Amino acid sequence: MSFLSYMINGISLGSVYAIIALGYTMVYGIAKMLNFAHGDVIMVGGYAALTMLLNANASPLAAVLVSIVVCTVLGITIEAVAYRPLRAAASPLAVLITAIGVSYLLQNVVLLIFGSNPKNFQSVIPVPDLKLAGGALMITGETIVTIISCIVIMTVLTLFINRTRTGQAMQAVSEDKGAAQLMGINVNQTIALTFAIGSGLAAVAGVLLCSSYPSLSPYTGSMPGIKAFVAAVFGGIGSIPGAMIGGILLGVIEILAKAYISSQLADAIVFAVLIVVLLVKPTGLLGKQIQEKV
Amino acid sequence: MRNWKKVIGVAAAAAMTVSMLPMSVFADDAATFKIGGIGPVTGPAAAYGSAVMNAAQIAVDEINEAGGVNGAMLEFNPQDDEHDAEKSVNAYNTLKDWGATMILGSVTSAPCIAVEAEAANDNMFLLTPSGSAVDCITAGDNAFRVCFSDPSQGTASAQYIGENGLATKVAAIYDSSDVYSSGIYATFKAEAENQPFEIVAEEAFTADSKTDFTVQLQKAKDAGAELVYLPFYYNEASLVFTQAAAMDFSPLWFGVDGMDGILSVEGFDTSLAEGVMLLTPFAADAQDDLTVNFVAKYQELYNEVPNQFAADAYDGIYIIKAALEQCGATPDMDASTLCDAMKTAMTEITVDGLTGAGMTWTADGEPSKAPKAVVIENGAYKAM
Repeated sequence: MSFLSYMINGISLGSVYAIIALGYTMVYGIAKMLNFAHGDVIMVGGYAALTMLLNANASPLAAVLVSIVVCTVLGITIEAVAYRPLRAAASPLAVLITAIGVSYLLQNVVLLIFGSNPKNFQSVIPVPDLKLAGGALMITGETIVTIISCIVIMTVLTLFINRTRTGQAMQAVSEDKGAAQLMGINVNQTIALTFAIGSGLAAVAGVLLCSSYPSLSPYTGSMPGIKAFVAAVFGGIGSIPGAMIGGILLGVIEILAKAYISSQLADAIVFAVLIVVLLVKPTGLLGKQIQEKV
Repeated sequence: MRNWKKVIGVAAAAAMTVSMLPMSVFADDAATFKIGGIGPVTGPAAAYGSAVMNAAQIAVDEINEAGGVNGAMLEFNPQDDEHDAEKSVNAYNTLKDWGATMILGSVTSAPCIAVEAEAANDNMFLLTPSGSAVDCITAGDNAFRVCFSDPSQGTASAQYIGENGLATKVAAIYDSSDVYSSGIYATFKAEAENQPFEIVAEEAFTADSKTDFTVQLQKAKDAGAELVYLPFYYNEASLVFTQAAAMDFSPLWFGVDGMDGILSVEGFDTSLAEGVMLLTPFAADAQDDLTVNFVAKYQELYNEVPNQFAADAYDGIYIIKAALEQCGATPDMDASTLCDAMKTAMTEITVDGLTGAGMTWTADGEPSKAPKAVVIENGAYKAM
């Protein structure tokens, strides 16, 4: 029985990683850049929703919508100001470093506005907890909503990228920016749209993260961001179903390692598993094997 | 190019002039006691550093309004160290250049250990308001502290639980990546062997995984723990209480001074903290005049209820004042001479402060004061 309850905890932690990883993998898959500021956009989304709930007395739905708008605008702005001018730069390292810079900028701006005291986030999810086996097992409403949102987002994103013209333009940009431009695709616009979607997802992830783990500080996004990045790599970065599978597996491994091996060593075990997976399958679980043509 | 050089040249000259200004101004002024403050004003531990700096400034202003110490004014210069040992040492060097003759800091343990190593070399008087790790004050005889050390908190908690027969099966959850938390836990565990209770589960978490406590709680529950010991800060504790409530686990909770602040977490359902016991030197809603005045003043200026770090810092400045008066110090003494005088004075003074009545110090820098156990009842701290 306690094994089942550990599994449930693992899946609920993993579903939070998964929903963050979706945004990471989306941006990486199309723009081929690691947006290290993704975790911090999530944190901004959390603060936007919290401000709406506390100061404007908005309904939870309105708070989530405002948070999505704020993050989408933020994502587009970050892309236009910090990443686009560097895209032509010689080294892809420049964009990576800028992304780290943006991450610190967001943390410190929020620190300045909201202060460093952590804020408690009341869950906005109205779904009741599900009790099984006479109350011995419990799946929280937050977990149910997170997993369902994860599946819905994953499906919609996959359909969007494979079935729509804009989605195909994204795939083309991902494959070869130069060639895509020659075919009449507006590369900058396509990448901006990718960031808009990725950041909108970050807002949803932020609200779900804060509902599951109700503490919000300017540094809330950084660790889940890194774990989600690991989950995305684990599942095969660039692959949308991979992000979801990677996230959930990561959560389950982390919880089981804590439960049955040692709570002191949990993180070490998680990352050791990551190394083993990457040694055996360098592109991750569902990653595409890309052949370099000469 | 040539223009740039000119601009830089002018700027450099201007900067030099400006940097000379304050010195000449102060040279004409009456001499002051220069106290340097070091602590995290930004970064993840900013809540502690800003509390210390705010409260120290309040104390300095109060003392100056009342006429200063030995006829001289106090001057306080807070420097940010972002809870980083290296930056803390940089801040210390900045303060030395400024002319500080004593240091209030560092606020957090790891940076404090680094600064104390330097200060011991320089024979600079150092009083840490809240650096509770043992090694914060062991590098030399120049260092003292206001708060309890980690070992004394762990030992006192174990004794309190044992002597009052609170439980026979105890579980502990601690932050293994934090010197504060693991330090307290180590002495708690050692003392527990002499006490009539058994530790049935010892679970850890790290700074990288401090949002999910379900596993640790599940293991404590499965082990039949009646009391769970939580030697870490209130922020994580608020998550522990929320998650425990979700899984219908309601043991007795016992925290340490880091638990202080749990009631002021914005939006936290304080009914979850009902019945939580903690050892703390300071309760913001105590009714003595000193506390009431301090809390009112702090709230008026900074719009927040002060935490124990603020109280430690406020006491820190008054402790410095008492020691300066005891040894009859004057502002023209250099740092090392002053430090030698202060070392002796510290062992001779008795200070009644926010964090304890009749505080005294031993030559190794440890304070002697009684820990207060408080319990949370109806959303407020109540002495036990």
